[in-house]
Amino acid sequence: MAKVIFMTKTNGAVEVEGSNGSLMELAAANGVAGIDGDCGGVCSCATCHIYVAPEDFEKVGAAEEIESDMLELDDNVTEYSRLCCQIEVSDDIDGMTFVVAN
Amino acid sequence: MDSNAVVIGASHAGVNFAFNLRQQGWLGRITLIDSDPELPYHRPPLSKKTLQASEAVSTPLKAEKAYTDNNLELCLGQTVTAIDGEEKVITLACGRFISFDKLVIATGCSAFIPPITGLDETVDDAGNNQYFAMRTFADAKAIKNALNSSRDKQVVIIGGGYIGLESASSFVSLGANVTVIEKQDKILSRVTSAVMSDFLTELHKTKGVSLQTSKDVVEIKHQSNKHIVVCGDGTQYPADFILVGVGVKLNTQLASSAGLEVEQGIKVNDVCQTSHPDIFAIGDCTRHFSTLYNRWIRLESVQNAVDQAKSAALFIAKNQQGPSAVPWFWSDQYQYKLQIVGLSQGYNELIVREETQEQFSVWYFHDDTLLCVEAVNSSKAYVLGTQAIKQRVSVNKSLLKDTATALSKTLLQST
Ligand SMILES: Cc1cc2nc3c(=O)[nH]c(=O)nc-3n(C[C@H](O)[C@H](O)[C@H](O)COP(=O)(O)OP(=O)(O)OC[C@H]3O[C@@H](n4cnc5c(N)ncnc54)[C@H](O)[C@@H]3O)c2cc1C
Ligand code: FES
Repeated sequence: MAKVIFMTKTNGAVEVEGSNGSLMELAAANGVAGIDGDCGGVCSCATCHIYVAPEDFEKVGAAEEIESDMLELDDNVTEYSRLCCQIEVSDDIDGMTFVVAN
Repeated sequence: MDSNAVVIGASHAGVNFAFNLRQQGWLGRITLIDSDPELPYHRPPLSKKTLQASEAVSTPLKAEKAYTDNNLELCLGQTVTAIDGEEKVITLACGRFISFDKLVIATGCSAFIPPITGLDETVDDAGNNQYFAMRTFADAKAIKNALNSSRDKQVVIIGGGYIGLESASSFVSLGANVTVIEKQDKILSRVTSAVMSDFLTELHKTKGVSLQTSKDVVEIKHQSNKHIVVCGDGTQYPADFILVGVGVKLNTQLASSAGLEVEQGIKVNDVCQTSHPDIFAIGDCTRHFSTLYNRWIRLESVQNAVDQAKSAALFIAKNQQGPSAVPWFWSDQYQYKLQIVGLSQGYNELIVREETQEQFSVWYFHDDTLLCVEAVNSSKAYVLGTQAIKQRVSVNKSLLKDTATALSKTLLQST
C-alpha cells in the first residue's frame, strides 16, 4: 500500500492511495488534474509527466531509454522528470510527493 | 437559465472536450451522452492489453468521480436519434428532448461488417455469435470469452489493418492459432509503405501467424463446430471464431439528417465548427483542412480526437483558436513499439535508418519537406521527427542515412 501526494497546478495537493498498477492509473482513477494519460499508459503520449523530488529520485529510478526520449516532447523536462505511467505503485514510493508538470 | 453544452458521444473526443470546456471556464451545464453503458474508456488497449490480460477489464478515460467533481452530466446507455439545428434541440431514443446552446458531435465510427454470405450464421451450439468486431469494450469481452471457450483456439481475422494485426499479436500471446486474410496484396497497404508492410509481414510470420494476402472472403460455411472461411480462389480456413476488422463506417447520419455538410466525414473548420455556427464536430467522424498537408483529411486517432476536443473547447469557452496539431499514432505488436508522426501520403523519397534490425525508422519526404516518420522501437527518431515536422525544420538527408552519426546530433540541421 502506498500513499502519495500529487501537487497539481490547478487543484493544489491531492493525496491518493493505491497498491498496484501504474502511478498514472492511480492518478487517473483519482482524477488528478494535469495527468491526461492519453495513450492509456503505454509510453506513447508524454501526457503523464511528473517531477520526482530530488531526494526520492534514486529510489524511484531513472527513466528507461524510450521514456527519456519521449520526455523530450515536453518543453518542461528536467533531470527529475518521469512519465508516471512507467512507475509502478508499490510500498517503495509510499509517502512521496510528485509535482505534476503541466 | 444556464446555457447548456451538449455532447453526443462520450469517448476520446467527447470526454476530453467536456473536461477541457470546464477547464477553460465554461460555467453552464455540460451534458455528455453515449449509447455505450460502460464508463467511458480508452479504445486502443482493447486489441492489446484488454485482450491479453487474464480478465477483460476496461481502462477508464476518467474516474467516475472526476465527472461529478467537474459538474459534468454523464448520460450513458442513451442514444441520440435526431438533431434539430433550427430549434437547437436533440431527441433521445427514450423520447426525451434536450435543448442546447452549443452542440458537439463526437460520434466517431462503428465497425463495418461487410455483407458476407453465411457470416450471420456464425454462431456456436448455444446460438452465441462467433463473429466479432473490435470496437467496443463489449466486443473485447465477447472475443475473450470466445477464445477461452473455443476448442482449438483457431481464429481467423478478416482484414490486415492495425486493429487486425494488433489482435493477431494478442491472440498469439494467448496461444491461439491465427490466420489473417487480407484483400490487398500487402497488409496495411493503404496506410504505409512497402518497407513497413514487409517488416510487419515478416514479424507476424515469424510469430506463427498465417498471413494470406490478395484474398477475398466470399462465404462462411459451417461444419461440425467449425466455421469455414471461404475465399474467392477456393481456399478455405477453418475457425472457432472470426474477427472482422475490415474498416469502419462513420457515424455521420445524425449530422446529415440535420442538414450539416458531410463529405466522408462531417466537415469542420479550424475550430471544429460545422456548417451550423452552434454545432461542432470532433474526432473520428470529422474531416478538416490540414494547413500542414494542404488538403482535407480525416484521421482515426486518439491524438486527433484529443486535439480537436481541445480546440473546440477553447473556441466555445474563450472564442480563441488553438495551435494547429501534427498527427501522431502508435501501435504495439509483440515486443515492437511502432510510433508514427505525420502523414506519409504523397511522398517521393523514403529513407530507412536502421540502428539495428529491431530498431529502425522510415522517413518520408516530398522533395526536402519531411512528411512523416514511422519509428519501430525508436522513440528517438519519433521525437526528432515530431520536432522537425512541427517546427518545419529541414533534415539533412545524408547525415540521416549515416547511422554512425547520432540522430540527436545531426538531425535538426538545415540542409
Ligand atoms: C481496437 C482499437 C485499437 C485502436 N488503437 C489505437 C492506437 O493504438 N492509437 C491510436 O491513436 N488510435 C487507436 N485507435 C483509434 C482510436 O481509438 C479512435 O481514433 C478514437 O476512439 C476516436 O475517438 P472518438 O471519440 O472520435 O470516437 P469513438 O471512440 O468512436 O467514440 C464515439 C462514441 O459515440 C457514441 N455514439 C455514436 N453515435 C451515438 C448516438 N447516436 N448517440 C449516443 N452515442 C453515440 C459511441 O457509442 C461511441 O462511444 C484504436 C481503435 C480501436 C477500436
Ligand atoms: S500515459 Fe501516455 S506516456 Fe504515460
